[in-house]
Amino acid sequence: MAGHFESLPDGGAAVPLDEVEISILRSLAVQLLELIGPGEEPGDSEAEDLLASVFNDGPSEPPADPVLARLFPDAYGGPDLVPDDDVRAASAEFRRYTENDLRARKRDDALALVRALDGLSVSSEGGGPGGAVLRLKPDECRQWLGALNDLRLAIGTRLEVTDEEDGGELLRLPDTDPRKPMVMAYLWLGGLQETLVESLMD
Amino acid sequence: MHRPPPGGSMGRVSAHPSPTITLRPHRCTLSVPVEIERPESSEAPFAVPEPDVPWVTIVHNDPVNLMSYVSYVFQSYFGYSKDKAHQLMLDVHHKGRAVVSSGTREEMERDVQAMHGYGLWATLQQDR
Repeated sequence: MAGHFESLPDGGAAVPLDEVEISILRSLAVQLLELIGPGEEPGDSEAEDLLASVFNDGPSEPPADPVLARLFPDAYGGPDLVPDDDVRAASAEFRRYTENDLRARKRDDALALVRALDGLSVSSEGGGPGGAVLRLKPDECRQWLGALNDLRLAIGTRLEVTDEEDGGELLRLPDTDPRKPMVMAYLWLGGLQETLVESLMD
Repeated sequence: MHRPPPGGSMGRVSAHPSPTITLRPHRCTLSVPVEIERPESSEAPFAVPEPDVPWVTIVHNDPVNLMSYVSYVFQSYFGYSKDKAHQLMLDVHHKGRAVVSSGTREEMERDVQAMHGYGLWATLQQDR
C-alpha cells in the first residue's frame, strides 16, 4: 500500500490503486457515511426541501460518540476554557443552526469518494491483483481531501491517538495486536492525504 | 460546485439538495439588540459585554490533522500567503492554538463553521 497522488496538468490529481486498496477505502467511507447518518428525509418537491431546511433545527447537544464529537465539535469553549452556562448555551445554539449543514457536507465528500471508486474499471494484468488509476478533477480533489481527513479523524479518534508520542507507540504495535490493521490503514490514509495536499499546492 | 449525478446504491442518500447556509435564520440580529436594551435580563443565552471588542477564531492543535493540510486550509479558505499560513500552522502546532481571523461575531461563526467543515478544531471567543 504505497499509493501516492501526483498532480495532473488540469489541476487535478491521480493515484494508482489496487483492488485491495479500493475495497478498503470504499469500506471505510461507507462506514463513515453510516456513522454520520442519513440526511433529512427528502420531501416531494424541492420547495418542500427548502422549507424543511429552514424550519428543521439541528441537535443542540454534542454527539455521544467520540468520533462524531470530534467531527462536530463545540464552537464555543475549547481546551483552555472551562465552559460555563453561557458558553454551553452559545455552543448549543450554534450547533442547532449548523450541524445539519456540516453533516451534509461531510456526507457529500464521502459520497464523492465512493462514487469515484465505483467509477473505476479495474483491470488485471499478468494474473496479479487488478488495479486502476484514479484520476480526480480539481473539485473532486477537494472533496477527497475532506473525506480522507474525516476518515483519519475517525480512525485516529477510535485508536485514541492523543499526541505524537502515541503515534510512535502505535507504529511499534506487534502484528498480533487487534489495532494493527487500523493503524496500517491510518498511516496509509495519511500518505494519500499528504500527497494529495502536495499535488494541490504545486 | 459540480457534483456527479447520483447513482448506484448511494443514490437515495444524496437525491435531495443539501441545505444552504444562507437560508438559516440568524439569531445574532435578534438577540444582540435585546441584550443592549435590557442589560439586566438574565434570560439571554449569551451576554455580549463589550460590543466594541472584536471576536476571534481560534484553531486548536490536534494530533491527527496533517501540518501540510492545516497550511493548505489556511491558504485556501482565508486566502493567506504560503508564509503566513505556514506560520499560523506552526503556532497551532507548537503553542497549541492560534488566532486565525478576527471580526464580528457573525463573521467568526462563519469561519468556525468553515473550519469544522475542513475538519479543523476551531472555536470563537471575544478577544479580551
